[in-house]
Amino acid sequence: MVIAIGFEGSANKLGIGIIKDGEVLSNCRTTYITPPGAGFLPKETALHHRENVLAVLKDAINESKIDVKDIDVVCYTKGPGMGAPLATVAVVARTVAQLWNKPLLGVNHCIGHIEMGRIITGAKNPTILYVSGGNTQVIAFCRKRYRIVGETIDIAVGNCLDRFARILKLSNAPSPGYNIEQLAKKGKKCVTLPYCVKGMDVSFSGILTYMEERAATLLKEGYTEEDLCFSLQEHVFAMLVETSERALAHCNSTEMMIVGGVGCNERLQEMMEIMCQERGATLFATDERYCIDNGLMIAHAGAEMYKSGIRMKWEDCTILQRYRTDAVEATWRKD
Amino acid sequence: MENFELIKQGAEARIFKGLYLGKPTLIKQRFEKKYRYPDLDEHLTKERIKAESRAIVRCKNVGIETPALYLIDLKKRCLYMEYFEHSITAKEFIMEASNEFIEKLSYDIGATLAKMHENNIIHGDLTTSNILIVNQFGEKCFFKDYSKLKLVLIDFGLAHIDNSAEDKGVDLYVLERAIISIHDNPEKIFGLILKAYRKNTNGHNNVIAKLDEVRLRGRKRLVVG
Ligand SMILES: Nc1ncnc2c1ncn2[C@@H]1O[C@H](COP(=O)(O)OP(=O)(O)O)[C@@H](O)[C@H]1O
Ligand SMILES: [Mg+2]
Repeated sequence: MVIAIGFEGSANKLGIGIIKDGEVLSNCRTTYITPPGAGFLPKETALHHRENVLAVLKDAINESKIDVKDIDVVCYTKGPGMGAPLATVAVVARTVAQLWNKPLLGVNHCIGHIEMGRIITGAKNPTILYVSGGNTQVIAFCRKRYRIVGETIDIAVGNCLDRFARILKLSNAPSPGYNIEQLAKKGKKCVTLPYCVKGMDVSFSGILTYMEERAATLLKEGYTEEDLCFSLQEHVFAMLVETSERALAHCNSTEMMIVGGVGCNERLQEMMEIMCQERGATLFATDERYCIDNGLMIAHAGAEMYKSGIRMKWEDCTILQRYRTDAVEATWRKD
Repeated sequence: MENFELIKQGAEARIFKGLYLGKPTLIKQRFEKKYRYPDLDEHLTKERIKAESRAIVRCKNVGIETPALYLIDLKKRCLYMEYFEHSITAKEFIMEASNEFIEKLSYDIGATLAKMHENNIIHGDLTTSNILIVNQFGEKCFFKDYSKLKLVLIDFGLAHIDNSAEDKGVDLYVLERAIISIHDNPEKIFGLILKAYRKNTNGHNNVIAKLDEVRLRGRKRLVVG
């Protein structure tokens, strides 16, 4: 039996979770929310994490009803992400590990999403679409590593959505993507936007530029904000589903899993579900508790690493702003 | 399409086989994708059918093996083309073939892609699923005599014409990751492909330099969230 605590703060979410052999004991989170029209910057985000981390930690421990002495391993996000917020949270993890006299493990954030998705949904060896504010990757497991089969060649899909929300000055609470999703449900007309797919890669910068230059005009021409949100979603999600399908076919896979913050978008899930049905595959997706960055996923991935025998020296418990999914050997997977 | 039998579903289309004007024919139908907004789906499908037929013709003209094109039916979203009865994908071939055959194949892939790029044809979706190995003697045998095999490129829906090192480099990068994500020994396979590619291109080493640059882009990108 392994009890792990995980600390996550690579972007604007600060999360701490505790897991006991796949059983969720607690999963607490707070989000740094910026005013409409503004994105989050490293310094302010780090400050938010510093101000809130002890309160979230207290909640996570209380909710879990465990005694900290029963924790086996302290896990934190090593990267990828923003430097200052990563470092802030890593320092706290390092401190409690020393206070409690527990081993410390640095976890790859993307691996956290994937392993959390697998345990929650029960998917065995899925082709994975990982979509968030900073990442857009299509991933397949092969020769002990999560291989990047396709990815964005410029900006991440979540970044595209966030920046579009800023053009319309939509609220960032609870998240810009959520607000776009709600407005899109009322959209009726679909504007034709640039659609850019290269094999299993996608590009979103063309669509964003188009919106930056044309949104105001389109609104004057009789399109509503709802229509623009709808059009954007229909285009970017179609690109993601198309490349996912290509990867699914190439990998002879019958399982598709969506992870990452954008993955809780119901329209994306619906489109992916239709694609899967059309080719006899099964879709696995999770809701916002597990999709959006959280501490639990770091705890779970860290526990898997720990159980497979991985230990890290203190001097290796650093942070990495750039840390690729395929840099980690998945020693815990037996296939 | 009566008398045609569904044989598989590819990455995008449904594949039927049958006889057309007395010849073994494959119909590639880009069926309606219900997940896509209908107008967008219609638009993309037509573009791809056109891109695929254009690229097939262009390849034929410069001596690159592709299936012969028989009929374009935009309304039914279908392409009719030559069906290679005795063929397997390079993906399937690599899974079973001996090291010696895999090396030969890798070399031939590199040489074929060199020729394609020399003619400024960008495939757009290079994977080992989109390369066919055909037994030219109509035998259902692929692993005994390599000299009986030929390599045929398929699936040109994302193809276009471009002479830039950028597009060629990206084309190779797409293939590299497709190999890494399913095959054993990807360094060796792709290494041989590049070796043959270099040998068969004139002064196009800037494509390889571009490939290196494209590879680094992913590694250098800062990701947040
Ligand atoms: N001309 C052909 N002869 C024999 N088999 C073919 C031919 N064209 C395609 N196939 C088979 O059908 C599969 C899908 O065809 P492809 O053109 O790649 O469509 P998709 O875009 O759906 O992937 C190929 O991987 C191959 O196995
Ligand atoms: Mg194909």
